[in-house]
Amino acid sequence: MRRTVGALLRKELLVELRTLESVPGMSLFAVTTFVVFHFALNRNSVDGDLASGILWVTLLFAAILGINRLFVADAEEGGFDGFLLAPVDRSAMLVAKVLTLLAYLVVLEIVAVPAFALLLLGPSLAGAMPGLLVTLALGDLGVAVIGTLVAALAVQTRARDLLGPLLALPLLVPIVIGGARATSPLLALSHPTGAPARWLLTLGLYDLVFGLIAYALFDFLLED
Amino acid sequence: MYGKGLRALSIATVAAMALALALVFFYAPLEAEQGFLQKIFYLHVPLAIVALCGFVLGGLLAIQHLRTREARWDMRSYVAIHMSLIFAVATLITGSIWAKGSWGHWWVWSEPTLVSFLIVFLLYATYQPLRFAIEDPERQSRYASVFAVTAGAFVPLNFIAVRLSTAYLHPRVLGSTSNLPGPMALTFVVSLAAMALLFATLCKYELTAKHTRAQVRALRRRLTGETGAPLRQRSAAPSLQPTAASAGSATGSGA
Repeated sequence: MRRTVGALLRKELLVELRTLESVPGMSLFAVTTFVVFHFALNRNSVDGDLASGILWVTLLFAAILGINRLFVADAEEGGFDGFLLAPVDRSAMLVAKVLTLLAYLVVLEIVAVPAFALLLLGPSLAGAMPGLLVTLALGDLGVAVIGTLVAALAVQTRARDLLGPLLALPLLVPIVIGGARATSPLLALSHPTGAPARWLLTLGLYDLVFGLIAYALFDFLLED
Repeated sequence: MYGKGLRALSIATVAAMALALALVFFYAPLEAEQGFLQKIFYLHVPLAIVALCGFVLGGLLAIQHLRTREARWDMRSYVAIHMSLIFAVATLITGSIWAKGSWGHWWVWSEPTLVSFLIVFLLYATYQPLRFAIEDPERQSRYASVFAVTAGAFVPLNFIAVRLSTAYLHPRVLGSTSNLPGPMALTFVVSLAAMALLFATLCKYELTAKHTRAQVRALRRRLTGETGAPLRQRSAAPSLQPTAASAGSATGSGA
């Protein structure tokens, strides 16, 4: 299992490095969205609830760009067929894809969070960094798991670009709730505090439950 | 065989609905603050509970479909979710009317149940488009079942998450049966039972209609002497391909 996941992950990252189809687009999208928010809200700097909302909405929509493309190459270029012919555990593909999407999201945030701090954020990020990292990590895990499941569902349909986001957004609402509520006290202008443990726990539990659901159901999406 | 018990079930539903409405209008006392408007509670809350239970039921039936691979479980799951969607629309409309009447707004974000219901509804609204976008019937039913299980598990999770996020602005006097006075609680329970019966009856009608239509189609094909695979229209509903035996038995009993 570990070797299979390693091989699949290496293939995914190699494909992404050679084609650069997803990650640069996602990052550019996030930075552009911050500019759009600046003009749409007519604000030079944001803090608190507004800041955490903008950050999470932007990351979410950028993630959806990656989710939409996650399985397209496998469906069109025969990646699924090759994988199904190999005598390996089917769940390896789920794990590899989740890790791939997680890697995309981490790179996206390495670009997007500093850009956000530079362009829009009022208070300094320095004190908020540890809490923000934990919250983002938990949020990313959930987005990666749900995104992979939804992408696998949508990729075989005729309207995949439409159905992917439609399926993903409601399922990701609890992640936005948890992530945005945990981030907003970190980005408060006056008296920033730590991320509330309650929200981190909610995010963690949601990740866990959806991880189990995806693990139980993913095999059914792969038999053809 | 699919119409069996349909008449008894329909009569029981009509009787239960009549009893529930009679209790609502003539037995349950007027609520002190909201007066007559509060009566919508006996319609709105049972609708919501039945719709949510129907969604979860659709997920359970889908698990059964994934385990056994029998088309009839997919059909049942589809019918349960389809009917729950209709109930969900009714819930959102009655909830909106109630919110307008008691709080003065058509929509209130501070009511966690209403908000989580909307999110669940938005998720299930993609069920039919998802089915419609997959042409191969076998794959369609498999993918729809995966969706139904995921969404069925999402229903309770989402309610927990949204409830956590909302501070209670409005006291939830009418939220649970435990703090209702006796006559109100009795009326509510009867209304809930009537609504559940209505859901079961409508599901059974839809199942019966689908099976009957499939049988009629098969018989007509036999009559006109068509052979070969039937043309299949693209559809979001699961397709039924009645076996020759079932069509044959239908002709036998008809003759």
